[in-house]
Amino acid sequence: MESTAETIVEAKNLTKVFRVGFWGRRVTAVDGLSLDVRRGEVFGFLGPNGAGKTTTIKMLMGLIYPTSGTASIFGYPIGAPQARAKLGFLPESPYFYDYLTGREFLRFYGHLFNLRGTTLEQRVDELLETVGMSHARDLQLRKFSKGMLQRVGIAQALINDPELVVLDEPMSGLDPIGRKEVRDLILRLKESGKTVMFSSHILHDAEMLCDRVAMIMKGRLVACGHVSELLAGSTTHEVEMVIDRLLPEALERIRPLAGKVVLQGERVMVVLASQQDVDQALDVIRSAKAKLVALTPHKASLEDLFIREANVIQSAKEAPVS
Amino acid sequence: MKVLSIALNTFRENLRDKLLYNLLIFALLMIGSSLLLMRLTLGEFHRLLLDIGLGSVNIFSVLIAIFVGIGLVSKEIDKKTIYTIVSKPVARFEFLLGKFFGLTITLLVNMIIMTAGLLAVLVAQSVPIEAVLFKAIGLILLECMVVTAVALLCSTFTSATLSAIFTLAIYVIGHLTADLKTFGQKMDGLGRSVLEGMYYLLPNLERFNLKGNVTHHIDVPLNELVLIVAYGMAYAAFLLLLASVIFQRRDFR
Repeated sequence: MESTAETIVEAKNLTKVFRVGFWGRRVTAVDGLSLDVRRGEVFGFLGPNGAGKTTTIKMLMGLIYPTSGTASIFGYPIGAPQARAKLGFLPESPYFYDYLTGREFLRFYGHLFNLRGTTLEQRVDELLETVGMSHARDLQLRKFSKGMLQRVGIAQALINDPELVVLDEPMSGLDPIGRKEVRDLILRLKESGKTVMFSSHILHDAEMLCDRVAMIMKGRLVACGHVSELLAGSTTHEVEMVIDRLLPEALERIRPLAGKVVLQGERVMVVLASQQDVDQALDVIRSAKAKLVALTPHKASLEDLFIREANVIQSAKEAPVS
Repeated sequence: MKVLSIALNTFRENLRDKLLYNLLIFALLMIGSSLLLMRLTLGEFHRLLLDIGLGSVNIFSVLIAIFVGIGLVSKEIDKKTIYTIVSKPVARFEFLLGKFFGLTITLLVNMIIMTAGLLAVLVAQSVPIEAVLFKAIGLILLECMVVTAVALLCSTFTSATLSAIFTLAIYVIGHLTADLKTFGQKMDGLGRSVLEGMYYLLPNLERFNLKGNVTHHIDVPLNELVLIVAYGMAYAAFLLLLASVIFQRRDFR
């Protein structure tokens, strides 16, 4: 559906080599990364900690310069003021001017977009409302909790009503309620026609929110595409069953069918691999008059894909040694 | 204007910082203490009041310039607040200029308060107040702007601690450049060229020192004053330009 949409972020072979330590040892943080983000989508940028997500985002935001490769936002080269005017950015674990109050803070960022007067005041109040921070408008940021900082941070990224919002780890360090609020906010942004690119190592969030994802490991892109497409190659038909009051002889009849059996007092949990096994197990349960408590099909998740890719990289690394 | 917004934000940051108030209170105490010291001197107490008063204004302003100056940029990088600024349509040099002028406003306000304290002491002791006093204070501000520019330049490429050491060193050497030249004239060959080179390269901060003129009631002619101001402005501008060039190339990791 989005394949015809306009590409607004495009990275081609982005590479960043850092020099670290006294001797300037070369460390490749991002290695030949290419990706594109299309208008109107929620794009997830996924990878474990230290994979190069933040480095890539910083390159796109013009905070660090790529060693090689190019990137453009809205067709302008990175760092161009025209692109920045239509862009909102929330850095990873942000620290802000803690001596400012919520309102002063947003006003300051508004000034950087030449917003003034009543337009600015309206926008500030509106944004504080959107992120649910109206009650803290006159409180200094030093008194904010982490969740509150994250929320004014998002408000700061939206001050110029941007077309593209880039959020670096927007959910890290937040409690489940805070994470849900950020998720809802991202969906609201999408509904209002904005493009959202966010990075995360929490795959569950990404799976719920994203139209497309890119997965990066050790600085290299390992997968990129629609969530459904990526998962298509790794579907499983595993079913998890939880049974109560299962007599030992009935359990012995199920055991050969099951991949895994876990006993917890009266309760038995079995994992079955095929539909046929499930049918047989259900027959046994019915005839033994046991109680089926839960039957949960295991969906293939991004996490499975993630772990599989990580294993591929790991084995590729170990191969030359053996 | 973005530079002004950043400057005012920097000024607000300084206003809400305790360091500034501590320094200001110390400065006012020093100026006030000259009233006590005056009782220990025989005659010439006018000179003592002016000496201690102007000295206090100078020292504390320079301390603010150095210790707030080194944090102007490095604190923003350490706290990552700069990420949100530089990713907005703000050029990096605009950010630097904003920071510089923010501290300049802070220094100006501080000096007005310190000068008010000094004037109160002088009036209370019926010491005649001459125009050269205000010229001297104006040049202290200019000196502080040069020192701020040095601190800002250092903090674009090194840590806060090293910036403080470099800036203090340049401040001290800056007051001794005349000695560098004299010393150089006694040498020959390479030593002479190196010392003369340093004399021209380092800021000649002694040019901004009119304290002797104030205590000896010697006015400074306008054309000389214009020359000194032009020198200070040009020197600060050069440092800011250099800082911008370095800052533009920097990665914020």
